[in-house]
Amino acid sequence: MNAEVQKEESMVLQKKMIGEHFETLSKAGESGRKVVYTFVPGNLNELILAFDLLPVHPEVNALQSGMRKLSGDYIQEAEKQGHSEDVCTYVKCDIGMLKKGNIGPTGEKLPPPDLLLLSYTGCFTFMKWFELLKQEYGCPVVMLQVPYQAEGKITASQREFVARQLRDVVVPALEQVSGKKLDEDRLKELLASSARAEDDLVYVWESAKHKPSPIDAYFGGVYYIGPIFTAFRGLPSCEAYYRELRREVDYRIAHGMGPTTPEGELRQQKYRIVVEGPPNWTSFRDFWKIFHDEGVVMVASTYTKVGGLYEQGFRHDPARPFETLAEYCLGCYTNRNLPARVDIIAKYVEEYEADGILFNSIKSCNSFSAGQLMMLRELEKRTGKAGAFIESDLVDPRYFSAANIKNRLESYFQMLEAKRQAA
Amino acid sequence: MDCCYIGIDLGSTTTKAVFLDEHERIMGRGITNSRSNYALACQVAREEAEINARFGLLRKKLEASTSIGALAEPLMAVLACNYALAQHLEQLKALHAECQEVAHAHALPQPELANVGLALDRIFSALATQAELDFHPGSTAASDFFRDLATSQYLKQATAVTRELPVSFDRLVGLFDAAIIRVENHSFAGLYREYLEFATARATADARFAPFAAEIAAAVKETAELRFTVLNIVGTGYGRLTLPFAREQIRSEILCHGLGAHYMFPDTRTVLDIGGQDTKAIQVDGDGIVTGFQMNDRCAAGCGRYLGYIADEMSIGVHELGPLALQSKKPVKINSTCTVFAGAELRELMSLGEKREDILAGLHRAIVLRAMSLLARSGGVDSEFTFTGGVARNQAVTSSLEKLVFENYGKMKINISTDSIFTGAVGAALFAKRDPKGVMADLEVSQLAKNPDCGIAATCSA
Repeated sequence: MNAEVQKEESMVLQKKMIGEHFETLSKAGESGRKVVYTFVPGNLNELILAFDLLPVHPEVNALQSGMRKLSGDYIQEAEKQGHSEDVCTYVKCDIGMLKKGNIGPTGEKLPPPDLLLLSYTGCFTFMKWFELLKQEYGCPVVMLQVPYQAEGKITASQREFVARQLRDVVVPALEQVSGKKLDEDRLKELLASSARAEDDLVYVWESAKHKPSPIDAYFGGVYYIGPIFTAFRGLPSCEAYYRELRREVDYRIAHGMGPTTPEGELRQQKYRIVVEGPPNWTSFRDFWKIFHDEGVVMVASTYTKVGGLYEQGFRHDPARPFETLAEYCLGCYTNRNLPARVDIIAKYVEEYEADGILFNSIKSCNSFSAGQLMMLRELEKRTGKAGAFIESDLVDPRYFSAANIKNRLESYFQMLEAKRQAA
Repeated sequence: MDCCYIGIDLGSTTTKAVFLDEHERIMGRGITNSRSNYALACQVAREEAEINARFGLLRKKLEASTSIGALAEPLMAVLACNYALAQHLEQLKALHAECQEVAHAHALPQPELANVGLALDRIFSALATQAELDFHPGSTAASDFFRDLATSQYLKQATAVTRELPVSFDRLVGLFDAAIIRVENHSFAGLYREYLEFATARATADARFAPFAAEIAAAVKETAELRFTVLNIVGTGYGRLTLPFAREQIRSEILCHGLGAHYMFPDTRTVLDIGGQDTKAIQVDGDGIVTGFQMNDRCAAGCGRYLGYIADEMSIGVHELGPLALQSKKPVKINSTCTVFAGAELRELMSLGEKREDILAGLHRAIVLRAMSLLARSGGVDSEFTFTGGVARNQAVTSSLEKLVFENYGKMKINISTDSIFTGAVGAALFAKRDPKGVMADLEVSQLAKNPDCGIAATCSA
């Protein structure tokens, strides 16, 4: 872990964007700007920005705390309050952070919410999470109810159901908090900007079809989704970030280069893997290093789609602002049923010419993990590729067993090698 | 000069080594405890395997002899038993000395020190007598491990001696616990020629073999001095990363157990390995290549270590658990296999009046139920099913497993070999033979582990 982390221009840009955002948040009290807490999957960033409100994403704060090795203390703090060991560690990390002064990832204090905007896509714990925050802050909650995609496709009535709630419930709530009427032209502008950034992001994802892949679509990928899944989608800074990212990817393609990792460029790409499930944030670099050392590149991942599956064709459409937002919420990865998730992964395996499929099952996230083993079996059958199954957690350091995970992964890669030699 | 390939499986509780010849035939097997020190365990297991290989070569030589040929089998049995006895007696001697040294180091007041000394003399004299019975030709030692045998016998004798002498049982146990670790951190392999002399002398004193004494002594000497050329070594197991081997010479134990099981039982498709810290359910194809696996998470519930805790709680050797459990008529239903709570659970059930054997039968079944869940997650059980790892030696586990596999997956062939515990080492040796990239000829045993601490290194080279 002595290697200096290599930073590219896009990373510097992202860091600057995040820094400025948290600085603005820390001054929200003085500037009088209102704050909306919301979640990443199905987030309504353009709508929030159209009211000039400031978004805060508690699960992003939790994962940041995990990467900064603070989550263990926060979780213990929440457990001291009586929260059980087994529930979502994002929730406990957030509650613990709140109890310890609500200091955000940049070291600045986060403002309390003026509104809790609960866009309910795929994760059932979200509801309870905001119920807890409501109790802490005593602020209003508005809930956007998004039907689960049980049929594996979005129906017209589902779209209308969500769009109607946006018009009749969410917009009035945002108007009340902000004291402003909705400016629909501003919303359309923001949506158009989102679509442009989304085009560039899709270009980046698809670059992994090259050999060698110029990106790592999982470990690197979680950085790539930062701006578009959080407070920046719809803003010029977000567009600029993805333009820069695309330029860097083009450079690496032109020079036959692999992705940049904390250990340096990944030169020798022995295996191309598709990943399902969130990464472990508390041991993120150690986790990444295991793959780097084995010459493994992640060519596609599902976790990086929890906030939108753009590469499946979806774009925010300024011509139909409410319908497009409804489709966005309905289309999130976590809102898809199990067969649809299997279809997505199988398609990745084929299109990205992957050698195998890795599942990281999350101990404290039943929403994501239920059914994963069945999915893996189905994928093995359908693609003929070998799957691996590891178990860790989002931000609870107690659930990451380095020796156990390394053992499983090494066995898996050796298994792929043996299969390759036998073929 | 004989060429060989070596596989070393550094398990969390036992370390195994296997020598393969150029035709992939097993030449020798060695096993030792690894709980104190991987470096030493690796060395001892390798030395044991080498001695075992010498015994194999000796057997061949004797079988080929026109004069001894027909007697080779009983002769080998006598030689092997006496070799093991010599080794065991030497370790007992060392243990006795260590116990005395610990007692002195504790500066016990008189007359306690004198009584402790007397108690130790009586205990170890009884242990030596018992060893003569345990290692008598025809009888089989209940365990391969000195610690297991010494622990159970020592506790029995200590209980008896405290009835006669004013010595506390806890004091005697305390001395033993401190001393056994020191003995485990010694290698006695340097004495193997002495052990052979002892064994040869005893064998040739037997009227059946006496007429061939000179020929036997010559054959023993010749095989004892054979030199093995190591063409490649592959390491696997929990402690494999401590080996100073190149990347190609380290293989995951999952792959080794898969390949080892295939070598022993070519038609096997599902392998269950219950080791000290891990349980692994492995699926292999017709070539022994692993196609999928599942293993327990960081919690060692239901693994071999759990049985170790239970044995400690009951003050018996781990090898005694299975036979005791098999005596049960009415197993207690137990759902948890939590290693941490093993002691508390056991005491709770005892306090409710449950019998030891019924509790143990329940515990063994609970271990198997946990393994069944992993098997299901790995894709189920296909014929033939092979059970490997140290726990496969426990008959209460194997009979429970057999029953549950048949109930869940139908009747099928279940393979459990006396060599099961060596499966990982066999797989590693096969990798060494089949992928001879990292040639490590003439690697000294003392070089086998990274950063051996000074004390151990000195013992190794002595």
